Amino acid sequence: MQLRYIDEFRDPATARALVERIRNDAGDAPVRLMEVCGTHTVAIARIGIRPLLSGAVTMVSGPGCPVCVTPDGYIDAAIALGRGKEAMLASFGDMLRVPGKSSSLEKEKGKGLDVRVVYSPLDAVELAAASPDREVVFLGVGFETTAPAIAGAIRTAAVRGVANFSVLPSVRTIPEAMGVLASDPEVRIEGFLCPAHVSVIIGADAYRPVAEAHRIPCVVAGFEPLDILMGISMLLRQIRKGVARVENEYSRVATASGNRKAQELVREVFVPCDTGWRGIGVIPGSGLRIAERYAAFDAEEKFGVPVVYSPEKTACRCGDVLKGKILPDECPLFGKGCVPEEPYGPCMVSSEGTCAAYYRYGTP
Amino acid sequence: MDDRILLSHGEGGKRTRDLIAQVIARHFDNPVLAPFLDSGLLGKIDGEIAFTTDGYVVTPPFFPGGDIGRLAVCGTVNDLAVCGARAVAISCGLILEEGLPLETLERALAAMKEAAAEAEVTVACGDTKVVEKGKGDGIFITTAGIGVSVDGWRPSPPRVRPGDRILLTGTMGDHQVAVLIARQGLALSAPVLSDVAPLAGLLLPVLERFGDRVRFMRDPTRGGVGVTLNEMASTAKARFALEEAWLPVREPVRGVCEILGFDPLYLANEGKAVLIVDGGAAEEILAALRKHPYGREAAVIGEVEAGAPGVRMRTLAGGLRAVDYPVGDQLPRIC
Repeated sequence: MQLRYIDEFRDPATARALVERIRNDAGDAPVRLMEVCGTHTVAIARIGIRPLLSGAVTMVSGPGCPVCVTPDGYIDAAIALGRGKEAMLASFGDMLRVPGKSSSLEKEKGKGLDVRVVYSPLDAVELAAASPDREVVFLGVGFETTAPAIAGAIRTAAVRGVANFSVLPSVRTIPEAMGVLASDPEVRIEGFLCPAHVSVIIGADAYRPVAEAHRIPCVVAGFEPLDILMGISMLLRQIRKGVARVENEYSRVATASGNRKAQELVREVFVPCDTGWRGIGVIPGSGLRIAERYAAFDAEEKFGVPVVYSPEKTACRCGDVLKGKILPDECPLFGKGCVPEEPYGPCMVSSEGTCAAYYRYGTP
Repeated sequence: MDDRILLSHGEGGKRTRDLIAQVIARHFDNPVLAPFLDSGLLGKIDGEIAFTTDGYVVTPPFFPGGDIGRLAVCGTVNDLAVCGARAVAISCGLILEEGLPLETLERALAAMKEAAAEAEVTVACGDTKVVEKGKGDGIFITTAGIGVSVDGWRPSPPRVRPGDRILLTGTMGDHQVAVLIARQGLALSAPVLSDVAPLAGLLLPVLERFGDRVRFMRDPTRGGVGVTLNEMASTAKARFALEEAWLPVREPVRGVCEILGFDPLYLANEGKAVLIVDGGAAEEILAALRKHPYGREAAVIGEVEAGAPGVRMRTLAGGLRAVDYPVGDQLPRIC
């Protein structure tokens, strides 16, 4: 197996040179940058980038973990579908331990709720085709990266006539959330390290409105060590020059316009809507709901079980963590009441959650 | 003889006797087991005794590089070996599911026999039970093992001190990836074989030669090197510092990890040991390990530092991070 595109992006000597360049470009006060995406958060923690750049750059983590920003009302609706409507629930594994208002899918599963873990939305269509006497509801949680796969599953079910399949959608789009964060005076970030996978779908140009409206530099970067260091360095150069553009470090995979085929599929099946983000609030136009044409596959419509969004009232400060207002260890529950085995909030549940990444890779 | 296991093979009557006489005795034909009494009589054993037990439920039972039979022998022998004991005798408990093809049992027993011969251990007693179809999964094996300790050597975590080196006897993750490939039918251009192997021949001569300069050892099975090192660090109340660049991983294993998002640090091994050794003797011990076929790719992977107990790693990029216990999805039933 040839692994080009791996070692080249992990070279220690180049990494050292980039760290030096970043330190030279940084001013006296640390520059505050946000990595938007959960995969970046995990990579930054795994690579140990924060201690490497301490004093020069402060990386704050953004809301880019789909599990973390799914409101607890969604979990409650899923449980209601499984309990009241006796539907078989199909879900990505990460969702199981996320706490709803009173319970989690994992706890309910222990009491008999039928929850199956799948790796692809299409697996859920197969489950439905194989169990024609059951209603199968896929918990469609994700960002732009997952949206095409969910859309594809809905279209496949429509073409094949799998009428007992439906999706409880919880799909969100990133640029709208970045706009909200860029204009929040409490967040105070000077640049966005933009997601890699999301950008492959939506294209780097999708961040232009954010960069232009809020005059904030945006750099799309990959997930390897040199990708991230290079992305940070490009942000610093923009800040030094006083410009705010969209640049693409990840051009080997992500293009300016993105994956048009995936975008068309998403436009066919979904329409934009306002949606609530856990801990952040309702962001206009930041969600995707299932279009009229495919309403038969919309579990909310089909069973009349709506997802109700209401702001959380707990000691958990996931909301402030998701907005980059505080670092995880500033939350009073972090590492005490809230650990990955017994998560209090969603940021500690998901493997891509900010708190989980800090807890797992942080150096005491 | 029927070509499948029936419930009556486990009922203690004639069919049970036939199974023992015609199948099991053919593979385990040693004088301790041969009389088929209720215990194997081992006679006098000279030395300090170590005793261990294990159960094997791997699915599928056959995978590239090994199978449940070889795994059962090696797993037991290795649990003794990392405690400094040479396996003398092991037991073999078979829990078979009604309908299991006899050929599957024969293959597993043949592999056990071969592994026992390699490890120079006697299968001294056994038991066979059959469960109804749907109540088991083909074949499960349970073992116990008795071993004799290398003269004068005892695992001693309290002797671990800053400057000690951490050695790993070969590449990480081969077993788990081999099982994963067998289970999922993944097609790779380069094969990955399980590393399942008996380690007494590799480890015990090192203990005889280097004595207490080897502080203690563990075999990094479930949870991999990452979990094993965390357990060792907390047992020894020591801080381990790993170098990512020194961790040995085979190319195809790394490829699978990149694609599926696994960390090789947390993948199971069945033919590897982690040793904490005196820093001054590390190079010599490494050279000794590398002379053995099962230690050819042995490497120093880090060292013991002063500080609070735990495991950290210097990353390739020069950063520093904790190596903690993993939480969440581990692949079940890999051994």
